[in-house]
Amino acid sequence: MTLATPVLNPVPPTDAAPVLSVRDLRISFPSEAGTVEAVRGVSFDLLPGRTLGIVGESGSGKSATAMGIMGLLPPSAALRGQVLLGGRDLIGLGDQALSEVRGNSVGMVFQDPLSALTPIFSVGRLLSDALRVHQDLTKRAAWEQAVELLDLVGIPDPRNRATSFPHEFSGGMRQRVVIAMAIANKPSVLVADEPTTALDVTVQAQILDVLRLAQEETGAGLVLITHDLGVVAGHADDVAVMYAGRFVEHAGVEELFRRPTMPYTARLLAAVPTVDGGARRPLVPIGGEPPALVGLPDGCPFASRCAVALDACRSDEPELRHVTGHGHVACLRATEIADGSLDPAGDAAPVDQQATADRTEAGEVVLRVEDLVKTFPVTKGAFLKRRTGTLHAVNRVSFELRAGETLGLVGESGSGKTTTLMEILRLRRPEGGRIEIAGTDVGTVGSGARVRELRQDVQIVMQDPLGALDPRMTVFHLLAEPLRAIGRDRASIRSRVRELLALVGLDDSVSDRFPAALSGGQRQRVGIARALATEPKLLALDEPLSALDVSVQAGVINLLARLKRELGLAYLVVAHDLAVVRYISDRIAVMYLGHIIETGETETLFSDPKHPYTRALLSAIPMPDPLRERTRERVVLEGEQPNAARLPTGCVFVDRCPLYRLADDSVRRRCRTERPVPTPVAGQPGHQYACHGV
Amino acid sequence: MATDATTNAPSRAAADRVPALARSARKHTDLGLGRLYLRRFLRNRLAVVGVVILVLLVLFAAFGGRFTSYAYTDADFTALTRPPGALHWFGTNQGGNDIYACTVHGLQRSLTIAVSVSVLTILVAAIVGSGAAYFGGRVERVTLAVIHFLLIVPSFLILALVSHHLAGDWRVLIVVLTVFGWMSTARVIWSVSTSLRERDYVRAAEFMGVSPLRIILRHIIPNLGSLLIVNLTLGVVTTVLSETALSFLGFGVQTPDVSLGTMLADGASTVTSAPWLFAFPAGLVVLLTVSMTFIGDGLRDALDPTSVTGSAGGRR
Repeated sequence: MTLATPVLNPVPPTDAAPVLSVRDLRISFPSEAGTVEAVRGVSFDLLPGRTLGIVGESGSGKSATAMGIMGLLPPSAALRGQVLLGGRDLIGLGDQALSEVRGNSVGMVFQDPLSALTPIFSVGRLLSDALRVHQDLTKRAAWEQAVELLDLVGIPDPRNRATSFPHEFSGGMRQRVVIAMAIANKPSVLVADEPTTALDVTVQAQILDVLRLAQEETGAGLVLITHDLGVVAGHADDVAVMYAGRFVEHAGVEELFRRPTMPYTARLLAAVPTVDGGARRPLVPIGGEPPALVGLPDGCPFASRCAVALDACRSDEPELRHVTGHGHVACLRATEIADGSLDPAGDAAPVDQQATADRTEAGEVVLRVEDLVKTFPVTKGAFLKRRTGTLHAVNRVSFELRAGETLGLVGESGSGKTTTLMEILRLRRPEGGRIEIAGTDVGTVGSGARVRELRQDVQIVMQDPLGALDPRMTVFHLLAEPLRAIGRDRASIRSRVRELLALVGLDDSVSDRFPAALSGGQRQRVGIARALATEPKLLALDEPLSALDVSVQAGVINLLARLKRELGLAYLVVAHDLAVVRYISDRIAVMYLGHIIETGETETLFSDPKHPYTRALLSAIPMPDPLRERTRERVVLEGEQPNAARLPTGCVFVDRCPLYRLADDSVRRRCRTERPVPTPVAGQPGHQYACHGV
Repeated sequence: MATDATTNAPSRAAADRVPALARSARKHTDLGLGRLYLRRFLRNRLAVVGVVILVLLVLFAAFGGRFTSYAYTDADFTALTRPPGALHWFGTNQGGNDIYACTVHGLQRSLTIAVSVSVLTILVAAIVGSGAAYFGGRVERVTLAVIHFLLIVPSFLILALVSHHLAGDWRVLIVVLTVFGWMSTARVIWSVSTSLRERDYVRAAEFMGVSPLRIILRHIIPNLGSLLIVNLTLGVVTTVLSETALSFLGFGVQTPDVSLGTMLADGASTVTSAPWLFAFPAGLVVLLTVSMTFIGDGLRDALDPTSVTGSAGGRR
């Protein structure tokens, strides 16, 4: 099912009255360190039928703004300013009065669809309750309307599904239900706070389409809050970029992406990894970290990270001013940047292209995985635990990794990529197949001493740096722990810790700090340093960048590339985000339901993807470029990845495959009955895919 | 699938959602954790009152004996069952013992027993509970079976019998109270540890080859810290109560030794004719348990980052 998304929405008449006007909204929270000024003067108008995208990194105040509009902030928060909804100021209204507004004039789509739905009611009941709170309807009429709403948001067989409970729906379907609830009473304003962040990328595309449909159906104005510039590029009419609790740039989506005028926006766009065809663009990291919102210094909060800051930037905070031919920008040098006479990136160095693009000389084989199989029993009953089926998490996965090489394992959640990683790290005989690390078959290693030796060769960097570091240990003790485990003495531990800190670009002074006192980027550096402590040959990286903000990501990508080159490491990267993987991998293996369905050199895979799933995955990743994002051909997959407990006998992708639907009968029969084996692509060494239909 | 689903999207989402504000706030807090907890604790007025009462009680138990010339064993046959007066501040009992001296000594005894039992209980419970949770599998099942078995046994009865047999030594009482008192705490610690076992930093330590004992001692137990401290203070309350109860029934501390419990038992029969025999030890038990409860609640709020009462803006 290939379709082109319509080109940019026509500009609605400008004389329409705004449905929502926010004036100088200020939100602060008390904290131990002082007052946290989360939102510091946000103003905007939202016209009916228009979408305002609010983008920002974590801590920029975007979610606080949304919650402030809805009146859902904790009671300790202090709100000032005006939130005018149809001429009525919502600030200062009591909870009772706000409840009349919420769900009636303002609909909210939350980030996590599971916790947004009450688990003990059927979705039909939830929807009809939502209707009956605000409208005088009989139970029967409300139920009928609920079924219609479910149909509208694309729930198949809505009449029967209305009696199902939230846990019986998949993540994407749940988010559809949440959207249905948000639009149930035809609100004039919809607020969506990171509506797709918890979802897989192929499902994200579906949900964003449903959201657009819902908006068209109700004619509501939509406030779309996200950290993903690609989502904004594809779906917003106006974009506001938030930094340190303020809008720093507010413009039409085309102008903003064509010529980002606030240096922060420009640098942010330059730091986002993309999947555009052609060569990969160099990433430029933004130095430093976003400021804490306690006791902000005078001046522009971005000044310390800005390459083109003037002295004046450090003394006065610039107002959001109109710039001719652009939107509103809070920067003293906005006009210079807008007319193209000043490059906001200054002389900031891009990511070391040499290191990321150049394939270092591949050395010996560090890791060889052959026909790896891992299953989990599916059991029923609390006491007897009858085995009712088998979940095939990893199914005959094979790959090889050499020193100085990076392999990216890519797939959506449930594809078995993390299970594969964990099986390798366990260093025990796998359920099926062979794992060989540095020439040693882990299945034949019997003694504990030998396993401990092998442990030194394989280390892991985990996804969430805060979770992976024990909060009660200082950086020094965290780094010393793996060394102590292999029996190093005190003096050599001390010198090695200092070495490690220098290696990952951290100052010695952090060694007596606790992880909570570090920033996200610093924490991930500590995680990497800890993994390197025992001088491993193979580093497993489990989603190493997904918990980091875009502006910090590029710096860590840089670090990983440098370490690989200097230490000759082999990286096994597990990630869901193809765009990020592209910047760190030499080769990529795409996984679906426990199978590797395509593998090849990174650039070949991006320029000439063969498997329909790879193509869909590539086209589902939103690009931070409104024109290309809205005009390119997209392969939108239907449905979601099925449960691995009931694998089809043929191709595992057959239920969602767009090629299968177009194929003729003989191919269809093969797809149904015969599992495709990887076949090499002529003329592209190392490129293999498993599909009957291509 | 099982591991995959949990690591991917949701945690990415969670990382973005909740701690964003808290994180940016914390970045500039150069207060050590200890200072932060102290500040939150001091904000709770009742807890501070609790600390003041407790300190006074401890001082009373330690130095109260200096102010009187009587020892708790001395019998003044010239003053039997005297109400409080200039010579005997808290009066005397039927045997002519000075009640002031008795309460000082009884409080000392009760406090010693309560604190040592509560510390020992927490130690045993922490090691057993977190060990069971960390090792999982058969170790966990067997440990839980033992805990559950001990929990349903009418332990107070057994306690009474055993301590009666071992006759009156307060050190034996400490051992007995510990042996029958650790289970419910261990079970709480076990259930909290099961979630710690799944934490990334515990798994990271495993992948680094850190030994299981070290993981339990360095990673799991320290992260139970707040739970342990709160249980420690509240444990003192329960121990004081069960020691007094045992002694009251005549199974705990035996004459000539004195604890608050034995004094209560002696005073109970004459509560109408000689109320001072009962009132002074009873008052001290109330003060002790109330102060410890206040402190326990205060600690819990101060150490719990999600608590509203402890945080700066909270008014309740």
